[in-house]
Amino acid sequence: MEIATLLLDGFFLAFEPLNLLLIIGGVVLGLFIGAMPGLGSVNGVAILLPMTYLVPPTSAVIFLGAIYYGAMYGGAISSIMLGIPGASTAVATTFDGRPMALKGEADKALVAAATASFVGGSISVVLFTLFAPPLADVALAFSAPEEFALMLLAFATFVGLGGDDIPKTFFSIFIGLVFSAVGLDIISGEPRLIFMDLPGFFHGINFLVLAIGIYGIGEMLWTIETTKGKVKISQAHITVQRILDTLISLKNGIKVMIMGSFLGYFVGILPAAGATPGALMAYGVAKGMSKDPESFGKGNTNGVLAPEAANNAASTGSMLPMLTLGIPGSPTTAILLGGMVIWGLDPGPMLFVEHKEFVWGLIASLYAANFFAVIINLAFIPAFLWVLRMPFTILAPIIFVLCIIGGYAPTQDMHDVWLMLVFGIVGYLMRKLDYPMAPAVLAIVLGPLAETSMRQSLLMSSGSFEIFFFRPISGSIMAIAITLLFMPLINSFNKTMRREISSWPL
Amino acid sequence: MFITKLLKGFAIVSLATTIPFVASAEWTPKKPIDFVIMAGKGGGADKMARLMQSVITKNKMSPMPLTPINKSGGTGAEALVHLKQKTGDDHTIMVTLNSFYTTPMRQSKLGIDVMTFSPIGRMAEDTFLLWVKSDSGITNVDEFVAAVKATKDGEWLMGGTGSGSEDNILTDYLNETYGLKIKYIPYKGGGAVAKALAGGHIQSTVNNPSEQDGFYKAGKTRPLAAFTDKRLAMYPEAPTFKELGKDFSYFMQRSVVGAPGMSKEAAAYYQKLFADVYKTAEWQSYRTKKSLQGEFLTGDGLKSYWSNAINVHKGLLKK
Repeated sequence: MEIATLLLDGFFLAFEPLNLLLIIGGVVLGLFIGAMPGLGSVNGVAILLPMTYLVPPTSAVIFLGAIYYGAMYGGAISSIMLGIPGASTAVATTFDGRPMALKGEADKALVAAATASFVGGSISVVLFTLFAPPLADVALAFSAPEEFALMLLAFATFVGLGGDDIPKTFFSIFIGLVFSAVGLDIISGEPRLIFMDLPGFFHGINFLVLAIGIYGIGEMLWTIETTKGKVKISQAHITVQRILDTLISLKNGIKVMIMGSFLGYFVGILPAAGATPGALMAYGVAKGMSKDPESFGKGNTNGVLAPEAANNAASTGSMLPMLTLGIPGSPTTAILLGGMVIWGLDPGPMLFVEHKEFVWGLIASLYAANFFAVIINLAFIPAFLWVLRMPFTILAPIIFVLCIIGGYAPTQDMHDVWLMLVFGIVGYLMRKLDYPMAPAVLAIVLGPLAETSMRQSLLMSSGSFEIFFFRPISGSIMAIAITLLFMPLINSFNKTMRREISSWPL
Repeated sequence: MFITKLLKGFAIVSLATTIPFVASAEWTPKKPIDFVIMAGKGGGADKMARLMQSVITKNKMSPMPLTPINKSGGTGAEALVHLKQKTGDDHTIMVTLNSFYTTPMRQSKLGIDVMTFSPIGRMAEDTFLLWVKSDSGITNVDEFVAAVKATKDGEWLMGGTGSGSEDNILTDYLNETYGLKIKYIPYKGGGAVAKALAGGHIQSTVNNPSEQDGFYKAGKTRPLAAFTDKRLAMYPEAPTFKELGKDFSYFMQRSVVGAPGMSKEAAAYYQKLFADVYKTAEWQSYRTKKSLQGEFLTGDGLKSYWSNAINVHKGLLKK
């Protein structure tokens, strides 16, 4: 009951005129920052952090929370409209959002993204409210072996549930893993895989460079080839009726949205993971839940719903370790943490005790931000669709320029821009040869996390792999992961058996 | 062709607009300053760097913002290589710690000579303590030694930031001095180490106060002894190793350095900037709150401090 009162107080705080204004302003700003390729919630929060010194701490964090949420919504927009992930968290949204736009269903994809974001945000806020203290203990129970098991599970969802050509999926994962190993050894600091001694490889291969290359540049090359430049990308028209129809049709996706929300929230809680892996995993699972996994990657609405629900839920989830343990769950919360230090709040186990009103004001405002974000987002959809009515000859150069900005922004190194162009050509070739590209993106995101946690675990156990199997949490996750990995084998065995049996003469 | 012409036009215009600023007497930053952090998120260095950034922004001390970037890979190797690549750059500065000395020593392949880096300011010296979980029942160093000896070799885990780092040196010291076989597990930052201790995945840490204090206040972790010369005001119950009869203390520099070959004017600008940060009320209150030691050092004073520390670490690493 105490929590309900605290949350109610939080809501009163969130709806004070100044705070309400900050929420709406933050959401609109966040939406545009998120929609710009290369700029995501991290940049938005970092750029606007100084502005928050003008207002009291609680209002400041409300503003930043609103930007965070707005950017989560915004990231989906350029993923769908231009095929360039607007933010790292929206990479998985590109997989199906872009094909939907090409089929003339951009409006449907945008509505789906907004709705799923709202569902993900809502479920995660409820989970946060009810279970914040016990979940902090869950986060504590996760040690290196558990983290590794979770990463393996993520890979397994892409193999076992994939439905794509299995050897090609493995190929994609392995190439992603090799790329993720480039740079300095995580534990010892030795340089490794520095191709041609180029200094740009020392900081590793940023996964956005790979994602923008494959999806932005590769996709554009593909479109030019298949249409000879004579297309208008989309003829979608938007009316209130169409939005309503889409909303009604989304009821088939409720299960997927709920799955994405829960998964995203729990992955978000774990320090080091954050929203990007959560969204990728949700995509993998949605594909596995589907009766028609073949249609994923070709414009399946569920392929948009799952990652969008997950990334919003994860953004709430990643607040939890920051507030309770003082360890940020995502890059954006790391900057929020910096803000809190200067506002005189010390994030950590004592925050929930010493600054209750701050914590609950933040939670309530997250919810308010979520509500306003969906409304503002839906209202802007016609403006976004206007972009797609431009002829491709105008749109293609714009996409190209945005890709270059997006490749340059994260590390501000021209090396990455060249690398992105190379990946664009590789992506185009992979596409021609029908290799799934999502697993490569997954591998480069999760590779470093998986490597660190595996090596820490093996150090703890003096090299014995038993550590992954004889701990309750990691053992159970490993069991699920291994079952999933062998699922395609079991399935094909079953099919053969059935064929054999039915062909037996009776 | 049109585009190249357009680009050239832009280049000329932008050059023309920047020249007057270059010509003016005092150097000021022309674009956002990269503020590299040589450690992971949530650790002591990270928290301090973000505080400095906030102080500068809040008090409008720099016309251009500082953009913090964490480069924790390879116990700071990633950050050091990055700074070396930025030789001659006037817009890249870095928050550094003791891996500034040890990482180049352990990895001569990186080809880094830290004495070429531009000294800006030593903002503080941070302290180290030996920590265990409160519910472990261990209350002093003797009990700690007995508890470690009661486990099988390599079963007692000490967490720390990176391998070959300050935390690793202190673990080696404990092993050497007390004849222990503690196994050291590297993590990405002090925040992750503190969490692993609270979760019971490791049995001890040698964290800085800023990394462990939240858990201390929550009653989850306990300091056994401090690697300092005098007891810390924050933890009066923890004796120093000197009191326990070991002639040993160890501090961590919290300094700001600039890229090698930075122009004199730019270095002077940053030296003044951070001297001013040091004087602010926010920084001073943080120093007291976190029991930080050491006065502000800059220029040649900071360089000779480094060359001293390098000799000390050479000795420590040889053991």
